[in-house]
Amino acid sequence: MTDLNLIRNFAIIAHIDHGKSTLADRMIELCGGLSKREMTEQVLDSMDIEKERGITIKAQTVRLEYKANDGQTYQLNLMDTPGHVDFSYEVSRSLAACEGSVLVVDATQGVEAQTLANVYLALGNDHEILPVLNKVDLPSSDTQKVKEQIEDVIGLDTSNAVETSGKTGAGVPILLESIVKNLPAPRGNVDAPLKALLIDSWYDSYLGVVILVRIHDGVLKKKMNITMMSNGATYQIDRIGVFTPKMQDKEQLSAGEIGFLTASIKSVSDCHIGDTITETKRPCENMLEGFKPSVSVVFCSIFPVDSSQYDALKDALAKLKLNDASINYTNENSEALGLGFRCGFLGLLHMEIIEERLQREFDLDIITTAPSVAYHLKLSNGTEMILHNPADMPDLSTVSEIKEPMVKATILVPDEYLGSVLKLCTERRGVQLDLTYVGTRAMAVYKIPLNEIVFDFYDRLKSISSGYASFDYELIGDEPSDLVKVQILINEEPVDALAFLCHRSEAESRGRQICERLKDLIPRHLFKIPIQAAIGGRIVARETISALRKDVTAKCYGGDVTRKRKLLDKQKEGKSRMRQFGKVEVPQSAFIEALRIGDK
Amino acid sequence: MFKPLSVYFHWPYCKSKCPYCDFFKKVQKNVDETSLVKEYISELEYYQNLVPQRKVQSIFFGGGTPSLMNPKTVEKLIETVFCLWKPQENLEITLEANPNSDRPHLFSDLKNAGVNRLSLGVQALNESDLKFLGRTHTLKEAYKSIDEVLKVFDNHSIDLIYSRPHQKLEDWEKELQQAVSFGFKHLSLYQLTIEEGTVFFNKGVQALEDEKASKMYQTTVDFLREHGYPRYEVSNFAMPVYESIHNKCYWQGDDYIGIGESAHGRLNISEQNFAYVHPHISEKLSSHERAEELLIMGLRLQKGINKTHFKEICGLDFDTFIDQEKLHTLVAEGFLIDKPNVLRATDQGFLVLDKLVLELF
Repeated sequence: MTDLNLIRNFAIIAHIDHGKSTLADRMIELCGGLSKREMTEQVLDSMDIEKERGITIKAQTVRLEYKANDGQTYQLNLMDTPGHVDFSYEVSRSLAACEGSVLVVDATQGVEAQTLANVYLALGNDHEILPVLNKVDLPSSDTQKVKEQIEDVIGLDTSNAVETSGKTGAGVPILLESIVKNLPAPRGNVDAPLKALLIDSWYDSYLGVVILVRIHDGVLKKKMNITMMSNGATYQIDRIGVFTPKMQDKEQLSAGEIGFLTASIKSVSDCHIGDTITETKRPCENMLEGFKPSVSVVFCSIFPVDSSQYDALKDALAKLKLNDASINYTNENSEALGLGFRCGFLGLLHMEIIEERLQREFDLDIITTAPSVAYHLKLSNGTEMILHNPADMPDLSTVSEIKEPMVKATILVPDEYLGSVLKLCTERRGVQLDLTYVGTRAMAVYKIPLNEIVFDFYDRLKSISSGYASFDYELIGDEPSDLVKVQILINEEPVDALAFLCHRSEAESRGRQICERLKDLIPRHLFKIPIQAAIGGRIVARETISALRKDVTAKCYGGDVTRKRKLLDKQKEGKSRMRQFGKVEVPQSAFIEALRIGDK
Repeated sequence: MFKPLSVYFHWPYCKSKCPYCDFFKKVQKNVDETSLVKEYISELEYYQNLVPQRKVQSIFFGGGTPSLMNPKTVEKLIETVFCLWKPQENLEITLEANPNSDRPHLFSDLKNAGVNRLSLGVQALNESDLKFLGRTHTLKEAYKSIDEVLKVFDNHSIDLIYSRPHQKLEDWEKELQQAVSFGFKHLSLYQLTIEEGTVFFNKGVQALEDEKASKMYQTTVDFLREHGYPRYEVSNFAMPVYESIHNKCYWQGDDYIGIGESAHGRLNISEQNFAYVHPHISEKLSSHERAEELLIMGLRLQKGINKTHFKEICGLDFDTFIDQEKLHTLVAEGFLIDKPNVLRATDQGFLVLDKLVLELF
């Protein structure tokens, strides 16, 4: 049993790319968690996709043994958190399990939008925050200026700030010492009945369901019978342990500690994140506060390119959901694309990552439709509905009110790009809430419809600011909106997979954009093909694919027959992969290209 | 009654490589004709064993540049064919030649060797386009050869390539006018296409855009029709009775054998169809495969596909084989004409023939 005073639980929070995961590597190394041989870069990012993109998606926990200058050995529980806005839900869970946060700020970049967002989350959890200026080995670092920013913008005292380099390891011993000295020890009662917070759960192919817990009171022991307080389900503990970051078995975990347990739990869906776990025979009285459930904010439909892969796609989604409860999906049947799924995600990056994992880890060819947000509709008959699929759009005459989700977007950008950033925000129906300066950089706060953000806002922002703008957002509720469904008609036939919902003011330009793309993507036919965008019965954009003028082989003699036949067979095969709309054959690739987000 | 057979000799050698050509060819001097003739004869004998009961309806020397052959070799090969199979009465023996100046008696020598139809590859009737097309002859040499061919042979054909990049319709019309005035019995006029693997392709030469090319094609067809050369195949035009017997055998689906490296053949033996690329390399074609070929080739003819003949060759009923629903649409839209025993393309259909064939499956 570890003395509570010798435990420190803390999260590392930072803006994306500020070097948080690398700094964590150095801390693990210094405490001997892994030998040099076992160290890989960013060891806590275990998914290929995390290492490749250089981002953290799942929060990770690691226990370190640190011998401090006072001669005592401390138990440090470090939680590495994702930096991207889509995963702030993941961050808030980690924060709830800790008492303090190490705030990493890149000393060459300064405070960024997600630095702020993460600090607010940490303060919301009553965390003590220890500022760290990272990347001080770089010549362009300016610790003095960044400290001033932290004081001015965030209002944090920087007198105990630590200067580090994740790359060289400089300053890391001071950081560890400072954690012990400045961050609070957990509180709890070892003798009270067991009260543990279920932080996360995932499926491990060897161990089954693994649960990450933070013990608030009491002791968790092997063979103990536990009860999940939300539903009363009971289990017997099989294994208990911690991550060093390797899995290491323990006999028990006591108040203040973080670790894992397994208990022959069949499915991850039986574990409710934020639930309170207690001992069956001696239960605690009150449940812990828990978390708000994660909410899907971006939706799209996913279809297999080859309809025979439908079952494989279904299995893949189920497997992904095992470890990522924030994915939601239901069946969908599209006239154009066949059977597939309507899926909900935490954000655009989350959606892209799932798409990529389906393709890479499960080797699936998929088509993704344009992303949408969830609209709240009030119907004239008094009922309400949540709409995120254009296919479900009711007749507008039966709708009395439509509301769309709004976000508060915070953008930090060097002064010289401010003009174009403000213009972008206005174009996206943004309303300015605040405009201040952080050193030489402007901080603009806007209220913007989420729908405008999911389309291609982040890409545009990056490109107009040469990559310098940083951006974060939080949902701030729904507001009335003038929403329309835009249909795309190919040769007068509406194509369901291409329909989308958007604000009336954008319907025309986005409709035109898709028509223009399709014009180049659909091969010429023997007749001309009109491509139209329509709102209700009104055509708002039109393009025409002119008829094929010439397609005949000039020379075809005895030696050409075999080749021509084989070419024809190949073309026939290609034809069988086309989707038929009335008389028009549309290659599947046309859908993928037409729906591709972002590029103009 | 013996079935007709056509014999194709492939002479794969050229003096130089033309930038638009993707045919199988070799640029080589000092070809060992004696050993090549031996090889050709043994191939002929192989096929004679396979299909002895045939009447030869045509012989064709193609290439490459078969006019580089020694006329004695040509004579020897023709004689051998006659020893192996009976010739039909109006037997056609064609040889493809390029205009040249270094062999003054070539054409009469070829005639004496047994050739009775000469196809002259002129390709263009102006100096700069001859150069662009990589031809080794000058316009003057072309004129000289044209004169000789017309003098020596009764049956003759000229090859031209048009829809050259930047070519104007008026300029092509002038060339056409000139081509007609020579008095050839037959014209083969090919629209330039840029095929993969050719010099033009690698250089990124662009073909004339479809709109212009289709107009140029239709103008050509109309002009020649008015001047007594109706189209009988996509790129072939002839005075009545001078349509090439040999080439029609490909489009109609008659039997032919190919002699020489990479020369293809089609033989119908005991109601089975075989594709040959060499006497020892053959593939049995399914009824369906042969039917596809007959459709691809047959629609290229102005007279179209004879449905009875189609069934005789591949064994399938034409109207069952074709997607009837598509057919009706294509007929209604004016691309095809469907008669009880014949399916053929309209003028409008000829322009998009490849697409029509694809649609009909």
